[in-house]
Formats: sequence, structure tokens, C-alpha cells
Amino acid sequence: MPFYETVFIARQDIAVPQVEALTDTVKSIITDQGGSVAKVEQWGLRTLAYRVKKNRKGHYILMNIDAPSAAITEMERQMRINEDVLRYLTIRVDEFEEEPSVMMRSRGSDDRPRRGPRDENSFDNSNSRDDAPAPTPAAPAPVVEAAVEETPAEGAEA
Amino acid sequence: MSRTFFRRRKSCPFVGPNAPTIDYKDIKLLGRFLSERGKIVPSRITAVSNKKQRRLATAVKRARYLALIPYVVK
Repeated sequence: MPFYETVFIARQDIAVPQVEALTDTVKSIITDQGGSVAKVEQWGLRTLAYRVKKNRKGHYILMNIDAPSAAITEMERQMRINEDVLRYLTIRVDEFEEEPSVMMRSRGSDDRPRRGPRDENSFDNSNSRDDAPAPTPAAPAPVVEAAVEETPAEGAEA
Repeated sequence: MSRTFFRRRKSCPFVGPNAPTIDYKDIKLLGRFLSERGKIVPSRITAVSNKKQRRLATAVKRARYLALIPYVVK
């Protein structure tokens, strides 16, 4: 059976136990169809980079699934029906990542090897985006500006 | 004359023994290849190889779909 990696976003105003219940229902759909769930990862409540169905935040859940394609189709059908699921993305992978994904790893420490000044171009760009939203050219409405400030900060923290 | 404009060719950041793997979940890595506006920086500037640039583009688009990174930074 092929390996799949699914990430889905649940609505922000449902509580954590409900998110877990939702994960369990997804799991049972998979197991009913003869598949198995290798790993479930909760990324917690994250700020979305843009509004999705009027939501600014969402619970992210990652699942590593080993199941026949019929199970995936059924799971995606259920997710489309369920209004608590804002978005889902399923991709086929050749093999699972054994250790926790980057999302979970980057939470604690920031010790990823950075490249030297050689890479100044792209490095500087991302950097200035993180800590200085001020030089963004002529933002028309202050409301929009505030929204932008939120987003890169979240990205830097994660 | 061509010597005056000679610039050392940078090698692809995704090739080599301890090169990072391209993953749509790795926002920090992807951020290095995005402009301030959130656009994908052309490989002629970042020196990413053709093959890896295609992978990178897919990863960025996946991350955008999942609202991990914005489509446009206004």
C-alpha cells in the first residue's frame, strides 16, 4: 500500500479535545478501509498566513498514513463534508519521516546550520521580512499593515 | 575584458552531503528563497539547480496552500 502524508487544518474555535476526537474519526475511517496510521502530529493552534473561510488561526494536524487509495478518497470526502476542517492536503511520499517533522523540531531550539555571508541575497531578504515590516512600500490601509506584521512574526517563531 | 566581470559561480545549496531536504513544512528554509513580497526568487540569483528549483517551487506552493506562508505579502 502506498504511503501518504496528510495535513489538515481544523477550525480555530473548536477545543483541543474536539480536535483529538476529529483526529480519531479520521483514523477510524482509515483503519476501517484496511489502512494504518503510522504517526499523528499536532502542531497546535497556529496563525494562518491569510484568512481561510474567515478564520485567522487553525489547528494543524499531520498524519502519516499507509492505506489503499480508496481509504484516502473516503477520508477526503469526509473532510470536504466536515465543516470543522478548513483545508486538507494529502501527498504521496516514498517513505515516512521517522523523526518528528520540522514543525515540531523547530519549536524548541534554533540550531539549524545557517549559511555564511555568501548567501546574503536570499538570507537578507527573509531576514528583513521577519523583523522589519516598516519598510514595506506604501501600505494603504493600517488594518492590512497590522495583518502583515502578525504573519512573518509567526513564521519566525515557528 | 570578460575577466573584469568574472564572478565566482555559486553552487546549488541543495547539492552536497549535508544539504537540506526540500520540504513544504520547513517554512524557515523556504523563506530564504522568497522575496520580501513572498515571490519565489529566480534560480539565477539563488543558484539553485534546475531540478531543485522545480522541487522548491512545488514545496512553496504546497506551503502556500496550507496557509503556512502567504501568497502575497502586502
